[in-house]
Amino acid sequence: MSLDTVKNAEQTPDAAQPWAELGLKEDEYARIREILGRRPTGAELAMYSVMWSEHCSYKSSKVHLKQFGEKKPAAGTPGADAMLVGIGENAGVVDVGQGYAVTFKVESHNHPSYIEPYQGAATGIGGIVRDILAMGARPVAVMDPLRFGAADHPDTRRVLPGIVAGIGGYGNCLGLPNIGGEVVFDSCYQGNPLVNALCVGVMKHEDIHLAQASGAGNKVILYGARTGGDGIGGVSVLASETFDDTKPAKRPAVQVGDPFQEKLLIECTLEIFGEKLVKGIQDLGGAGLSCATSELASAGSGGMRIELDTVPLRDHTLSPEEILMSESQERMCAIVEPDKVDRFLEICEKWDVIATVIGEVTDGERLEIFWHGELVVDVPPRTVAHEGPTYQRPYARPSWQDALQADAPTGERLARPTTGGGLKADLLKVAGSPNQASKSWITDQYDRYVLGNTVLASGEDSGMIRIDDETNLGVSVATDGNGRYAKLDPYTGAQLALAEAYRNVAAGGAKPLAVSDCLNFGSPEDPDVMWQFAEATRGLADACLALGTPVTGGNVSLYNQTGEVAIHPTPVVAVLGVIDDVTRRTPVAFAEEGQLLYLLGDTADELGGSAWSQVVHDHLGGLPPKVDLERERLLGDILIAASRDGMIDAAHDLSDGGLGQALVESCLKGGHGARIIVPEGMDPFVLLFSESAGRAVVAVPRSEELRFNDMCTARGLPATRIGVVDGESLDVQGQFTVSLAELKDAHTGVIEALLA
Amino acid sequence: MTTRVGVVTFPGSLDDRDAQRAVRLAGAEPVALWHRDKDLHQVDAVVLPGGFSYGDYLRCGAISRFSPVMDTIIEQAKLGMPVLGICNGFQVLCESHLLPGALTRNDSLHFVCRDQKLRIENAGTAWTRDYSAGQEIVVPLKNGEGRFVADAHVLDELEAEGRVVARYLDVNPNGSYRDIAGITNAAGNVVGLMPHPEHAVEPLTGPTTEGLGFFTSVLKQLVNA
Repeated sequence: MSLDTVKNAEQTPDAAQPWAELGLKEDEYARIREILGRRPTGAELAMYSVMWSEHCSYKSSKVHLKQFGEKKPAAGTPGADAMLVGIGENAGVVDVGQGYAVTFKVESHNHPSYIEPYQGAATGIGGIVRDILAMGARPVAVMDPLRFGAADHPDTRRVLPGIVAGIGGYGNCLGLPNIGGEVVFDSCYQGNPLVNALCVGVMKHEDIHLAQASGAGNKVILYGARTGGDGIGGVSVLASETFDDTKPAKRPAVQVGDPFQEKLLIECTLEIFGEKLVKGIQDLGGAGLSCATSELASAGSGGMRIELDTVPLRDHTLSPEEILMSESQERMCAIVEPDKVDRFLEICEKWDVIATVIGEVTDGERLEIFWHGELVVDVPPRTVAHEGPTYQRPYARPSWQDALQADAPTGERLARPTTGGGLKADLLKVAGSPNQASKSWITDQYDRYVLGNTVLASGEDSGMIRIDDETNLGVSVATDGNGRYAKLDPYTGAQLALAEAYRNVAAGGAKPLAVSDCLNFGSPEDPDVMWQFAEATRGLADACLALGTPVTGGNVSLYNQTGEVAIHPTPVVAVLGVIDDVTRRTPVAFAEEGQLLYLLGDTADELGGSAWSQVVHDHLGGLPPKVDLERERLLGDILIAASRDGMIDAAHDLSDGGLGQALVESCLKGGHGARIIVPEGMDPFVLLFSESAGRAVVAVPRSEELRFNDMCTARGLPATRIGVVDGESLDVQGQFTVSLAELKDAHTGVIEALLA
Repeated sequence: MTTRVGVVTFPGSLDDRDAQRAVRLAGAEPVALWHRDKDLHQVDAVVLPGGFSYGDYLRCGAISRFSPVMDTIIEQAKLGMPVLGICNGFQVLCESHLLPGALTRNDSLHFVCRDQKLRIENAGTAWTRDYSAGQEIVVPLKNGEGRFVADAHVLDELEAEGRVVARYLDVNPNGSYRDIAGITNAAGNVVGLMPHPEHAVEPLTGPTTEGLGFFTSVLKQLVNA
């Protein structure tokens, strides 16, 4: 095939072009022609097709996402005052004090992970780590919120071990501790597993870097791995369409990762940052060079000129179009002043990283790309990177929503246990269900110790890491998202996800500051799904405003559906918190006999979307628990103060599975039992299984009881003494006793048994 | 004069800064050594840290063994300098033939990260003098290829000469022959250990502080030498 140059495009305006195969709509193709005043060249078409994909352009979601900016907390709130870099960069950056800044972001790699579980999940970690690195930070921890189909479905057995091995294989090899995440099974994720990956990075304020190209004459350096033919069209073909069994396999559209190369890239880049050699930087992820060059040029001043034939290749037969679309991993693009290029290349050589000057910043306004001296791309970069199409997708409340909400799990609708024996049986059933069972078979495949700063990890309410050895300053992160709640009411479900992550961070003793979100939904072309999306974003934006925790960035993953069936709307919310002294952190384990157990918050009869209704009755209906954000904030304040002042030795948030599940986990983790007295007038079933929000259970040393009670009373937080840490069993007095051995038997070994 | 303990960084080393921290907490001065540099910068002992040096390509430790720094370390180890190889460092020591045997894929075929109970079998090496023989400790273990294997006669020889330094207790996490977690050379200055004592040196971040003994042991050894 002959080269399709700009000149050629001008001379052959009517040549047929494969815009539909590349995922563009007819009107989008027409708009490209209008922008350019001619038909695009093959290379230009390739760039627009990937950059205007749903995945890169957020064309269906951005009209809703703008609420995160419009409703951001006002100056004066801790979250707003801490924000250093907001939405729009590779990741948001938050001031955590002592001159440190922390960047974090959660992102999806759902579609590739279904096609090719190991590589899909591995490169998901790789991609988010480069995003964090590109901000100027040393990556210090990862987390992974995961969703799978039914635990006993054969395809889960194919997908889960590969995804777990991929996350472990890549993250362990990078030397990043995995400090937590989620594993949830639900048949709605059959065929559409969700692999979200989060990374946290730490830097000093002055080290923050941005993705922009400025200063005519500055060089564009591509460094890292060679470019190959993997991942071509990953964002446009894979992540932006519904899976369809009738089309050919999409395996080549999944990238292949090399964590060793990425580890070298990290150390090399940090050394380059240390010597202040970079004016602007961007990682190469989705849409590869198309994205990096157009975004850098678009965000900076001036234009950019690239000699595409200088890009080091793994496969010499690649065409310019393919090089522009390749999503080969472990690559970065830096803007460097001419007198610093030599030193830059020297550091790359030290780390055995290939680095090539591929172009320079110009004083023009165009992004021009040459192939052996011939102009093949000549575009205004903003039209590629930032001025893609915007859709006002139609949405409407689904016709089935009212019936779903009306099907409430009342005592008449779902039989509730009425005897001590019945309560015990249901407690064991819930504790031993795949969603509530111990995830150690999975988390033991991840390194949680490397870097030597992990203070809290999986099995705790949040992951916490020390960021300064001398001062003990630390940060913590929790991710949460309950698709069942969101299905019942997406507005409330999204708020509950934020409330839970906020509570989890506070339960560890850290002050919540900022939010990153990964919004996983079905097809935006379905008005039902679009309504769920609109409601969830509205709910989340309102809640972030109320809690004073701004959204700093994140990602939207649409088209998570097979045929007509979409996944539950699954907004995964990550909350970042800061703690001045990590030695004051509060774990979940009941570690000391005789300590008093207090239930904080109010417990109502709220079983809609609950673990109990799922496990015992396979039921989903009614309304999710109510949200009271003022209460969440008060509970958070109390938990943080009690941690700091040594008034509590253990804290566990109450969420899926309710108080019963929290007691099981805290008892097993600490190796101590508990004696529980059902408060007067309280239904023991509701006490154990309700999932009312805004609650936690804490263990208070006897010497602190008075002080702790006084604080709760003074601040108006209901605190009910429900028992004491004691013995070798969980004893709910007057109802049942279950030994720790029996609990452990039910709670562990579940996942491995299903996957064996 | 402060004791200087070198910690080598290969491309792909991961626990190098953790080993440096452990050296510091033990009271010595950590010195960063670079794989391309033959010069050991007057260190008194060397730690080869954990990680995936050279991506574990070919075989774990197989490429690192040929790096310039290893030439000097092998030479000095033969002259009696204390060398501790942890995890990937143990693999490098076996590939360098400073220690016998090899480390292969875990029998579970999975990477495993857990708090592991060990028994110190030999408290006479340069790296274990601060323990007592038979002492039980818990330190993190994390590896994908930690299964120690060797010919029966090599194993018999190691046992007969008391060169098994530590053994797994309760659970054998990777299928190592005879539950072997660590071994030493005949002179007792070179020790290879699959678990990670450098991650059990602070109550805040480790399951215990029972790993610190490896690093204080070498200090004592050097001071008394």
